[in-house]
Amino acid sequence: MKARTCWEAVCTVEDLVPESGIAVWTAAGPVAVFYLPHRLPALFAISHTDPFSGANVLARGLTGDLKGQPVVASPLYKQHFNLVTGQCLEDEAVSVQTYPVLLDGNEIRLEVPVKQSETEAA
Amino acid sequence: MSKKTLIVVGNGMVGHHFLEQLVASPAAADYDILVFGEEKQLAYDRVHLSEYFAGSTHADLAMGTADWYTEQGIQLLLNEPVTGLDRDQRTVTTPKGDYHYDELVLATGSYPFVPPIEGREHPHCFVYRTLEDLDAIRASAQAGKSGVVVGGGLLGLEAANALKSLGLQAHVVEFAPRLMPVQLDTDGGALLRHKIEELGVQVHTEKATTAIVAGEEARLRMNFSDDSHLETDLIVFSAGIRPQDALARSSGLEVGERGGIVVNDQCTTSDPHIHAIGECALWDQRIFGLVAPGYTMARTLASVLNGDQEAAFTGADMSTKLKLLGVDVGSIGDAHGQTPGARNIRFNDEQIGHYRRMVISEDGKKLLGAILVGDNSHYDTLLQYALNGIALPDNPETLILPESQGGAPALGPDALPETASICSCHNVTKGDICGAIDAGCGDLGSVKAETKASTGCGGCTALLKNVVDSELEKRGVEVSKDLCEHFPYSRQELFHLVKVNGIRTFSTLIRQHGRGHGCDICKPAVGSILASCWNEHILATDHVPLQDTNDTFMANMQKNGTYSIVPRIPGGEITPDKLIVLGEVAKQYNLYTKITGGQRVDLFGATLSELPEIWEQLIAAGFETGHAYGKSLRTVKSCVGSTWCRYGVQDSVGMAIRLEDRYKGLRAPHKVKMAVSGCTRECAEAQSKDFGVIATENGWNLYVCGNGGMRPRHADLFATDLSDEELIRTIDRVVMLYVRTADRLQRTSVWMENLEGGLEYLKQVVLEDSLGICAELEEHMDGIVGTYQCEWKTAVEDPEKRKRFREFVNAPEKKDPVQQWTTERDQRRPVLESA
Ligand SMILES: Cc1cc2nc3c(=O)[nH]c(=O)nc-3n(C[C@H](O)[C@H](O)[C@H](O)COP(=O)(O)OP(=O)(O)OC[C@H]3O[C@@H](n4cnc5c(N)ncnc54)[C@H](O)[C@@H]3O)c2cc1C
Ligand code: SF4
Ligand code: SF4
Ligand code: FES
Repeated sequence: MKARTCWEAVCTVEDLVPESGIAVWTAAGPVAVFYLPHRLPALFAISHTDPFSGANVLARGLTGDLKGQPVVASPLYKQHFNLVTGQCLEDEAVSVQTYPVLLDGNEIRLEVPVKQSETEAA
Repeated sequence: MSKKTLIVVGNGMVGHHFLEQLVASPAAADYDILVFGEEKQLAYDRVHLSEYFAGSTHADLAMGTADWYTEQGIQLLLNEPVTGLDRDQRTVTTPKGDYHYDELVLATGSYPFVPPIEGREHPHCFVYRTLEDLDAIRASAQAGKSGVVVGGGLLGLEAANALKSLGLQAHVVEFAPRLMPVQLDTDGGALLRHKIEELGVQVHTEKATTAIVAGEEARLRMNFSDDSHLETDLIVFSAGIRPQDALARSSGLEVGERGGIVVNDQCTTSDPHIHAIGECALWDQRIFGLVAPGYTMARTLASVLNGDQEAAFTGADMSTKLKLLGVDVGSIGDAHGQTPGARNIRFNDEQIGHYRRMVISEDGKKLLGAILVGDNSHYDTLLQYALNGIALPDNPETLILPESQGGAPALGPDALPETASICSCHNVTKGDICGAIDAGCGDLGSVKAETKASTGCGGCTALLKNVVDSELEKRGVEVSKDLCEHFPYSRQELFHLVKVNGIRTFSTLIRQHGRGHGCDICKPAVGSILASCWNEHILATDHVPLQDTNDTFMANMQKNGTYSIVPRIPGGEITPDKLIVLGEVAKQYNLYTKITGGQRVDLFGATLSELPEIWEQLIAAGFETGHAYGKSLRTVKSCVGSTWCRYGVQDSVGMAIRLEDRYKGLRAPHKVKMAVSGCTRECAEAQSKDFGVIATENGWNLYVCGNGGMRPRHADLFATDLSDEELIRTIDRVVMLYVRTADRLQRTSVWMENLEGGLEYLKQVVLEDSLGICAELEEHMDGIVGTYQCEWKTAVEDPEKRKRFREFVNAPEKKDPVQQWTTERDQRRPVLESA
């Protein structure tokens, strides 16, 4: 069964940092939103959690492109994640969740599952 | 034997190149050389003429200097056109007198053709050829709004870009049905037009101008044969060039039907004592309107004058690759497929705006020509196939298909024959490059210096690099000092580019000297270079995305995503009051506290949003950032020295504080550590530091390039018994040299080991100023010291910068759920996740 989703407003354009990421808290947990103005589309959203360390840090990684794909490098152990697919470039078996993202007027919205228990949020 | 006189008429690109070749050869001794130039300025790089509008000066574009001419004993007579030639008397005439020659070289170039249109003498009509032309255009544009270029060829489009850069609404009026009719076909021309119009330049094709009259809304009105018209404030004619052959005509030398001084393979005219090279020369019924063939003629003639019987000009390739208004355009060989039986393969993606066409021989084996619009990445490979007659693969279409559709990767340098021409400006083949490498050139820079390859138009840079890398690799040399896939340069080369060209942002640097958008390798490296050069705040908007997370948040990220904080404690000296503040802050935020090896205190476990709050308190108590997160000076460790220690001979703490205050904040290729000991007992372990200072009875001994850590290296004794001032000046110089020349993430120890000439060389440069750069190094350092700011102070005072420290921008109160804590030895520490 397909989970029900909604487009959650998470921040505004003013919150974004060009060529860089910010973290937001959503119904699906912590998500990193990246703004790469030279790309079309320019917004990307992936999980904020670094699968290698378990720490919520991906939004603080450096962005860039490798062989044409937009990527972020984990600030802890420097693995790269494709911002479109979530795929880790160094380890085929690892990827992070990606989220559809859109610009609605001045607001950034993410498509996230509606019902996500927040039990893990201490 | 008395010397003969050689006169060169024309001081342009080719004339200058000829002189360079000639004076470097034995024949130079046989001649007194005189050069006449019609222009006021010494020969300059006309190919890059448009850069004059972007701020380059004549000095930037000049091919040489007046001093060079003097040193070579060449008499340079500028602003003195040759107006007459008497072949019987062997004299040339200028407004100032007659001059005798034994050999005459005509290098008069060409002049722009202005079609005979009524009204073309109007003062706001121009051509685009010389610096003076550009000065006039600039003056006219100042009070104008729009400009028209007549002619949609290569130069016309360049001129249109220039008009646009002057702030004018630019139009291109072309007689033919498409742009660049010589180089492009219908589809290519249409795509180029589309792209150029997108950039705001209006293109009018199939327009023949009949008259230029006074305008109603603008200065001028152009009337076209189809009864339409266009108003404009200025007009630039770029309707082709004509060889400057006036002297040849008036003196009865053989000239071509449509102009051009007829020359043979030796570049000699119908008079054996007169030679012609460059755009004024007509060889095999052809004029060459590019600089590379002109250079080849210049080299040929220099060899001929040296008695080389074999020297011959045998024609030149007219392929071109350019960026016109930011759009890639390439044209190779028989681009129009005029060879009998030629067949075409086309790839046209209108979606992304790429057009590629290959013209192949009847048997499908050879590439005859090609056209590229929108993307020149296939140019080098295609050119090599065409020039060297390399057999095409079975599915030649793979050469122009995108890789995702089965396209073949670029032709590797290994596939090229020894005779393949790599640099056509300087006629360098792959064989020449291999020769240079075998003769000892060990990197790209020395191959360039040795062969001159890639020092002309620059079009061959990427290919040259590939060939050099592959040849070096074959010889077992470890290569690629490239920073990463985005920059084909080492850190040192980038530093130089940034400094010399005054580049202040990453985006400018990557646009001009790199490709793509950067990555986690090049961004911090460039960030550090920019900081070393200009010392702007690392959180200035342009620089934020460049910094490693530690530099961005000015703290060290730990494994659970929290940060540690290390305030500066210069020389390890701290007042009890300050120590108490550290304790209080640590207690308030429950920070794990540990003394570091560098005599400071490290506070662990702060969350992102706590960082500015904590720093506010620390700054109020007089602390500054310790740069523990940066590739910069960490600590200057010291022993207690003569103030307390019974053995001490100098005040090591005082000196350590002075050094730490001087170099704090300086961005370097890697971290830098220093230490000062108060006597030879060396309690501060200075000899394991990048810069170690040990007190002597007479002053200070300086040790450099030591290291502890993973690869220990004992520092080298560099200078002895220095006074305080001498010590600081010496460290200034070594540090700055390191900052400028080291590779990314290269500690001073490795830098020294790789420095050619090693310690002795470093001593010569720094202590004896063998390169004459010490004053500059000191000045650079003084500039950086003078612009120091505590980054944390600047950041906490600026609400915009503080915004960066929100853990979740939409939920300020949210605590990061994965940061779980427990207590050990009376302090908080993270819960280790079960792996
Ligand atoms: C805007 C522009 C862009 C270009 N871009 C490219 C490019 O991308 N790639 C490329 O390969 N080529 C390019 N070219 C062409 C290139 O500049 C020429 O091929 C090259 O300059 C030819 O050199 P030359 O020495 O033959 O002529 P010139 O450089 O024109 O030099 C001839 C000199 O002789 C002087 N002279 C003429 N008659 C006399 C006389 N009677 N007495 C004394 N002096 C005289 C002239 O004043 C002039 O200074 C470009 C040209 C222009 C204008
Ligand atoms: S290095 Fe010398 S001055 Fe410094 S503490 Fe040791 S013994 Fe004393
Ligand atoms: S020695 Fe290893 S574990 Fe200890 S701080 Fe350095 S990197 Fe970390
Ligand atoms: S081809 Fe022009 S510099 Fe090499």
